[in-house]
Order: sequence, then structure tokens, then C-alpha cells
Amino acid sequence: MKLIIAYIQPHKLNDVKQSLYKEEVFKMSVTNSLGCGQQKGYHESYRGVGIEVNLLKKVRLEIAVNENFVERTINAIIAGAKTGQIGDGKIFIVDLVDCIRIRTGEKGGEAIG
Amino acid sequence: METKVIVDTMWVLITAMLVFFMNLGFAAVESGFARAKNCVNIMSKNFVVFAVSSLGFLIIGWGLMFGDGSPLIGLKGLFFASGADNSPATGEAYKGVYSAISWTGVPFWAKFFFQLVFCGTAATIVSGAVAERIKYIAFIIFSFAMTMFIYPVVGHWVWGGGWLAKMGMFDFAGSTAVHSVGGWAALAGVIMLGPRIGKFDNGHIKAIPGHSLSLATIGTFVLWFGWFGFNPGSTMAADPNAIAHVAVTTNTAAAAAIMSATLASWLLLGKPDLGMTLNGCLAGLVAITAPCAFVSVSSSLIIGLIAGALVVLAVMMFDRLRLDDPVGALSVHLVNGVFGTLCVGLFAQDKITGTATGNGLFFGGGSKLLGAQLAAVVSVAIFVFVAAAITWAVLKAVIGIRVSREEELRGLDIGEHGNEAYAGFQVFTTE
Repeated sequence: MKLIIAYIQPHKLNDVKQSLYKEEVFKMSVTNSLGCGQQKGYHESYRGVGIEVNLLKKVRLEIAVNENFVERTINAIIAGAKTGQIGDGKIFIVDLVDCIRIRTGEKGGEAIG
Repeated sequence: METKVIVDTMWVLITAMLVFFMNLGFAAVESGFARAKNCVNIMSKNFVVFAVSSLGFLIIGWGLMFGDGSPLIGLKGLFFASGADNSPATGEAYKGVYSAISWTGVPFWAKFFFQLVFCGTAATIVSGAVAERIKYIAFIIFSFAMTMFIYPVVGHWVWGGGWLAKMGMFDFAGSTAVHSVGGWAALAGVIMLGPRIGKFDNGHIKAIPGHSLSLATIGTFVLWFGWFGFNPGSTMAADPNAIAHVAVTTNTAAAAAIMSATLASWLLLGKPDLGMTLNGCLAGLVAITAPCAFVSVSSSLIIGLIAGALVVLAVMMFDRLRLDDPVGALSVHLVNGVFGTLCVGLFAQDKITGTATGNGLFFGGGSKLLGAQLAAVVSVAIFVFVAAAITWAVLKAVIGIRVSREEELRGLDIGEHGNEAYAGFQVFTTE
């Protein structure tokens, strides 16, 4: 079992979700986050003074998958999130020790579903 | 100076200030119904449009609207409201080039200021319908066209001694002259712009929820309050019976429309949707704007009940027609502007507050008045829609009217203004 953590551009979330749904991946967790990349950020200003924004808004997805779903999930995320520009994001794969469904007590691969 | 002139002037100016305050109402309603990432842009549009209106109307709008001239357009005293005028003289004693408005006994600049805030209202109606995807500069330029030409021409027809007035068409405070003008211009904009990204997905209609229904509610209350200047103020005289009558018909229509809109949304959609209730209030107010001084309080109740149901149906209809209107401006101002205009032809009672309108269809007057109202609806529709569509088309070809896909997704606040409305908050910039 793996936990796939992906940081993507917020405005690509819908494309990534659609892409995941196509691969039959429906369960995910989505949170707001702020992130640093190698970009200079975008320029904002406030009453004549420029602001350098270097903590950029990102969206973080967490998806727990069984081994046979890892490849297709990664590919789906990339397909949905890629624009070719700096800031597309990163995907981390983390080993998942266990997964428990609270309602039924199921464990492991069954709980991931 | 005569006491009457003093009291009339105070009335005209105070009610004009209430109408000015409606711009706050529009800003709050529109931004409340839109997403947070576009809030600065919507606030900016609503703020700047009053400045544009003030200047456009001063430069030439007033002159085209109220200058003596042909039945179609004013020709005298066009620029900077500087034609000859000896207001507050009225009737026979009036010597000047703005005779269409010489019936009201207040100083010239009081007339100007009062009419200016109405012009501002028409211009700001458009900003809601085109929200969340219009280019700021395109909106500003369009608003100049609205306030310097489109609005004044129709205003001339209805209030400036033009052909609709001569035909016996009546529009007390502007269901046609203000609201439907804004509505038709907005419709042309909505069609030329196209829907927001994600609104119509593969044939499905998607909801794009507003970020603050609190703000929307505050805005609606402000508009309701301001309407007590909009309608009763249109007497342009402190005529106690008339202004009291108009205040009550105005309020009654709003109240009735709130209830019918709430009921309609409860029945059709399962729950009383606040957005629909708010739109219902505004629909009732728009619908009573033309007839408010010409109908009884009981009639205003019926008008309001119908307006509330109408707006709920209209919102659903525009969605099904794939016309994306984020705030319901078309349903409120266009549909009910037309409806309110026709209501004069149906419910008018001759001289009920003094004006000899003749009786409407339901009061034994036959269809003469209704015919005049209908002619007005059709002619204004054609003129405004075509003029607005041409303006949008030219803007589209020359500078473009819609922001890029990326900017629209990221939010117009950053793209158009480089500002954030809610700096420090993590605004979920996606659906």
C-alpha cells in the first residue's frame, strides 16, 4: 500500500480530479497549502508598494492506493496537472503501513478499496 | 426663495443621495454572489462605473437626454450641461433648452444630480452579468458608451420629451429607462462574452457558489433602502400624497415578491434558497418601478407576487439557455423591467397620485395604454440590444473583452489589479 501525496496548482485541481476519475480513483483528500518553489512568485501590489509573494498557494492531494493502482494514479495526476510550466508541482510516494476504515474496522487493502 | 422650491430641492437631493447609496448595494450583492478571487475586480467595476457615469453624463449624456431636439434625441445644450436654463422656473416661465424637465421646480443642478444617479444605476447593472470574466478596460469603455449614448437616447424617448412620451407611454421611475436598458445591454454582453469556465460542463449546469451570502444580503438591504429614494424621489417634488403612496407601493411589491420568490424556490427547488429570496426582493422593486405612482397599493401587491415567481423561473431559464449570469441581473432587471413596464398598461388607475395616465386594461381603460407600453418595450429592446451588441463586438475585435483562461482560473483580482481582496486568507481558488 502506498500513500501518494501530490502538490499541484490550485486551478488544475478540477482537471486532476477528472483525470483520476477516468482511472477509477475516486477517494482522495484535498487540502489548501502554501508552498515554495523555484519561481519568483507573482507580483502583487498594495497601495503603490510591490509585494514579492514567495509562498504560493498550492493544493495538496493525498490518495491511499493499493500497489496495482500506483502507476495509473501517478499517470493520471500528471496528465491532469501538467502544463509544462514551472510550478506544475511534485508527487511523493510514501510507504503506507496500514489503513483502517473507521466505520467497519476493515484493515489493509480492503480498507483502501 | 419660495418655500416650495426649497422643500422640493431638499427632497430631490436627499432622494438622489439614497439612489447614489444603491451603488454600494450593487457592489455588495455582486461580490457576494461571486467568488472571492474576483472580489477586488467586482468592487472596482462597481466603484469606477459611478465615476464613469458622472463624467459621461456630464460631458454629453444629460444633453442628449434632456436637450430640446427631435423626438429621437436631444440637440441643444449637449455638452457639459451648459445650455441656457432658468430653473427653478417651471411651465410658461421656463426659458431654456431643457424644457422636457422644466415641470419640476428645483434648481438646474438638482435636476442634473438626480438624473445622474439614475444613469449610474443603469450602467452598474451590466457589471453583475459580465462578472468574473470581463476585462476591466472593456467594461470601463463600454460604460462610457452606455452613459454617453445608449442610456441618454432611451431616456430622451421616455422622459426627455421624446416619441415614447408623446405616444402616451408612462415609466414613473425607470423600469424601462433604467432597468431594462441595463438588462438588454447586459444580455448583449453575456452573449458576446460566453459563460464562465466550468459553468456549463458537457451540457450540465454547474453551480458556482458566491463567496459571501452575508455580503449579498447586506447589499440587497441597501438596495431596498435606496429604492425609497429611487421611486418616491421620482416625483421630483415634495408632494406629500404622491411620495407617501409611492413609498408604500414600492415596499409592498418588494415584500410580496420576497414571499413569492421564497415560496417558488421552496416548491421548485426543495428549499428556500437565500439567493432566490434576495433576487425576489429586487425583482419586486424593479417591477414596481414603472407603475409605483400609477397603481393602487393592492395592485402593487399583485405585481410583487408575480415578479417574485417570475425571477425564480427566469434564473432557471437563463441557465437552461446556457446564458451565464452570475448574479441574476438579467432575471431581475431585464425580465422584471419589461414586466413592470407592461404592468402600467394593466394596472394603472387614472390620476391615482395625480398623473393622467388613463386606466390600464384591468381598470376599464382598454388596451391603449398597454399598447404604448408594449411599443416601448419592443423599441427599447431593439435599440439597446443592437447598440450594445455593436459596442461589445467592436471592443471584442479591437482590445478583447474576455480575460485569458489562466487569468480567469487564477482570479481577476491578481490578473486585472494585482491585488487580493482577502490577503492573508487562503482562498480556495478552484471549484
